[in-house]
This record gives sequence, C-alpha cells and structure tokens, in this order.
Amino acid sequence: MALPSKRPARTEALQLRYVAHARSGDKGDTANVGLIALEPELYPLLAREVTRARVARHFRGIVSGVERFELPNLHALNFLLHGALDGGGTISLKTDAQGKVYSTALLRMEIPVPAALARRLRRTPR
Amino acid sequence: MTRTVRVAGGQGFWGDWLEAPVRQVQGGPIDYLMLDYLAEVTMSIMQKQKSRDPRMGYARDFPPLMERILPDVAARGIRVTSNAGGVNPRGCAEAVLDAARRLNLQGKVRVGLVTGDDILERLDDLIARGHELRDMDTGRPLADIRDKVLSANAYIGMAPIVEALAGGANVVVTGRVTDTGLTLGPLVHEFGWRADDWDRIAAGTIAGHVIECGAQCSGGNLMKGWRSVKGMANPGFPIVEASPDGTFIVTKHPNTGGVVSVASVTEQLVYEMGDPHAYITPDGVADFTSVRLAQAGRDRVRVSGIRGGPRTDMLKVSIAYFYGYKAVGTLVYSWPDAYDKARAADRILRRRLADLGLEFDQILTEYVGAGATHGRLAGAPDPDAPEVQLRVGVRARERAAVERFTREIAPLVLTGPPSVTGFAGGRPAVEEIVAYWPALIDRREIEPHVHVEILTA
Repeated sequence: MALPSKRPARTEALQLRYVAHARSGDKGDTANVGLIALEPELYPLLAREVTRARVARHFRGIVSGVERFELPNLHALNFLLHGALDGGGTISLKTDAQGKVYSTALLRMEIPVPAALARRLRRTPR
Repeated sequence: MTRTVRVAGGQGFWGDWLEAPVRQVQGGPIDYLMLDYLAEVTMSIMQKQKSRDPRMGYARDFPPLMERILPDVAARGIRVTSNAGGVNPRGCAEAVLDAARRLNLQGKVRVGLVTGDDILERLDDLIARGHELRDMDTGRPLADIRDKVLSANAYIGMAPIVEALAGGANVVVTGRVTDTGLTLGPLVHEFGWRADDWDRIAAGTIAGHVIECGAQCSGGNLMKGWRSVKGMANPGFPIVEASPDGTFIVTKHPNTGGVVSVASVTEQLVYEMGDPHAYITPDGVADFTSVRLAQAGRDRVRVSGIRGGPRTDMLKVSIAYFYGYKAVGTLVYSWPDAYDKARAADRILRRRLADLGLEFDQILTEYVGAGATHGRLAGAPDPDAPEVQLRVGVRARERAAVERFTREIAPLVLTGPPSVTGFAGGRPAVEEIVAYWPALIDRREIEPHVHVEILTA
C-alpha cells in the first residue's frame, strides 16, 4: 500500500458524501461499492485517500475483508466487501440483504481534504 | 451514414415497471426490445412456483405483456429477446404463442425457444463423471447437498439467440441466458461480428450491462443530483444505439423523464462489479477499465474504447437448493424512548423463544430508524426519534421453530413495552429458503445440449 505522498499541511476531515457518489450491489455474500468522484478533478484525491486499509477500518466488525480496484477512466474506485451480507441472497435475514445501501455507508467515511477544498465542497449543493 | 441498431431495455428484473416495455415500443423507433427478468434469486423463486405447478416457473408477467405489444412488434418488425422463460422456457413460449393466436397474429409471430441450460436431470451423471460443481464461494462439493437441489442451470451466452434470430424468430424466449447475452445476441446477428472478435464482444456485453437494469442507468436510483432528476413518473428506459465498430450511444425516447448522463451511466457500470479488468461472461471477458464515456448531447452518452479478451473454458452454473425456513416479524414503538422500548421488547422476545426451547440457526434483530442498514456507522440512536421499528428475523432448518416464532410477535403488544403499533399485518409468514449455489462447469458439457426451436403461432 503506497503512503500518501505530498499531503498539504492543512487538511480537514471531510465525509466522502461531499467528494463522491456511489452505487452498490451484491454477489453472494459479497457487496460491491463503486465510488465515483463527483467531479473528475477529485479522482486523484479519492485514489490517494480512500485506501483499502481505511475502508477496511471503516467497516471493521461489519465485513470480513476488503478488496480495492481502480478505474481512472470512470474516475471511480470499486470496493468488494466480503462477508458483508450475513450469508447473502435468500439466506440473509438483513433488511439490506442485497447490499443496496452499503454505498451510502461508505459515503459516511471521512478522509483528509485540503482545508480550502473541503470548505468549497461542503458548500456545493448536491 | 453508418447503420446503427437500436436495442431498448424494457425490464430490469421480474417485477419491474409493467408500462416500460410498452412505452419503449410506442415511444419511438427501436429495432430490438430486450427484457431481462432473471436475478440470482429469481431462478429459485421460479423453481418454487414450478414445484407447486409444473406449468409455471417462468416470468408470468411476460405473456400478458407480449399480448399488449405483439401487434406493434409484428407490424413494425421489432424483435424481442428475453430470458423470461426462467426454469420453464417451453411453457413461457407456448403462452406467448397462445397470446399471438388470440390476437389473430398467426403466421406473424415466430418464437425462438432456447433450451439446454437446464442440467437438473443431468446432475447425477455429471457428478458421477467427476464434475464436483463446487460452490464458488465456499468450495464445498455439490454432493454435500445433492438431495436438496431444486434446480440447476448453466449460464449460456449469445450464440443461441443469434441462431434463433437467423432462423427468423421475432420473439426469443430463453432460460438462463446471461443478461448481457440478450443485448449482445442482436448486435452479433446484425453486424456479423465474429465470436472471437473479443473487443466487439466486450463492447456488446457492456452495452448489455448498461441497459440490463432498466431505468437504473437513466435516472432511476441515481445518487448524483437525485433531486434534479425530473419526470420520474414516466421514466425513459434506456436505449443503446450501437454501431458496427463496437461504439454505442446510450439514450432514451424523447418526452420521457429521467436523465442519461455520464453520471447515470457510470453508476450503472459499477453496479454489481467485481474485478473491473475481468467481467467474465460465457461470450468473453470485458475490461471495464477501457470504457470511455462522453456526453454527446442531451440524454445521449457516447461509449467507446472498450477492450476485451477471450472467453474462458468454463461456464457458471446457477444451482438452487432447499436450505430451510425463515420469518421476519416487525412492530413499531413510538416516542418517547422508542429505541429503548424496541430493545426491551427484543429482550423479552428472545427470552420467550429460549424458554420455549426453540432452536434457530440465527436470530437477527434490527432497529429500523436506528441504524438497521448502517449499524454502528450511523452513530448512537436518536433518543427523540418519533418511532423505531423492531425487526426480528429468524432462520432454522426445521419449520416448527419458525412457525412458533411467528406467533410470538403479536402477543408483545399486550405483554411488553408501551406505545406499540404497526401489527395490523397479522402474523408474519413462514418462508421456505431456496438458496443459491454458484459453480463452474466445462462448457463442452453444456454447449452440445443447447437447442434452438422456431415455433410459429
């Protein structure tokens, strides 16, 4: 895992909801979350800060393992959240048995964002 | 001018908006109408219905839908591809032919029936010859649950659809053909793409993926800017305008609601995505990291650059098996202290279940309105929440325990915490669980059995 290289000195914690949109689905007991930059220019920030380790920490105790894939062409990352659906499919007793809203659960995660950018993104109506 | 072929998506799953296919046919020019009815769990549901009535086992919505659109389909030369056949494609095809006869369309409706995906009758032979059909997720061999298997179908690709279209079918009814094959098939038929032209096969596959979930790529379930998506009372379902070189435009009919944008198409592209470099289908392997998207006008997104690789030697098999029973009961507790009341009720309920000596594989409690879907990520429940729904699910191998559970919900109304409501639905239903067992099989075991018949009304 590459460490973030040149992080600006002053950053603020910002929820991903201000940086990305997302859609999730299921395959068996695995949920996927496609995380898409709200603006193409925000993709490098996503790629740098939304690391596999951070996402795994965010979902600690909720999923058993995380994989991460990059899609720079779509300004998107794809995460596979294993063991996320309580057995999945028809076996699962969960309301979200098909992982449809793991997307928004990921958007709760905070990443460090340069302070000025964070302020602009928070103010941008979506 | 380059010839384009217009494939319209009309259903994203069994239970999708009934008006959509009709509006796709009536709202403007299309060449093909693609109707995808099958999700992973759908085959299990259809198998359950077939076990009760052998004439069932397909998407029952499909024949009445065809009855509404067949006159237009026949008059305008539109062709329909659908996996509505589920676990009984022949029954489904016969029902379409019956509809055609009622409409006096004899001679104008030719149904291409695709069979051979169903390997239930062949399972013992396949196992005996060394095909273990291990669960792709758990690694267990199918022999472990052989006596519980209810259905087994291989995912087959576009080839039989191409054959049916070449044979003159204007309605193609299949079982477990892949969602994407329903779109790729028409493009291969129209453009004469070679089956090993991997980039174009990947392009047609991704075109299929974009429209296989209906309006989910044209404004439905769109997260980015959802407030500004207009006209969703009449959502425009997606249309692919494909070119022979493998590029395509995603669009929708004029005067419909929703939106086709780079954002809406991107959200659909990443839906149910695994490794984006290798989207594996029976027809080839598509690379989603090669897809280029560009807005090409209002409600028009151009898709290009798609690359793909050779198909694999294996086909996926979808096996449904009897797993056990489950039930879900709910009650609603009101302010003040709604969450605390719901928690107290759950403790009482669990104690009663234990005292009755009932055994479950699992009891799952969720508090709707207090973190049911996001768990601890949602933070501490709001003590001032106007109401919280207690939702308790149980699962067991034996029916009796689940049956008894369903009788323990309503009594909580008079024997538990106060200000409780929302039990008007009565006792929860006991559901049989038909579970999904994905496996792989050598495609040479399947493809010689795939068969196309052309049936005429």
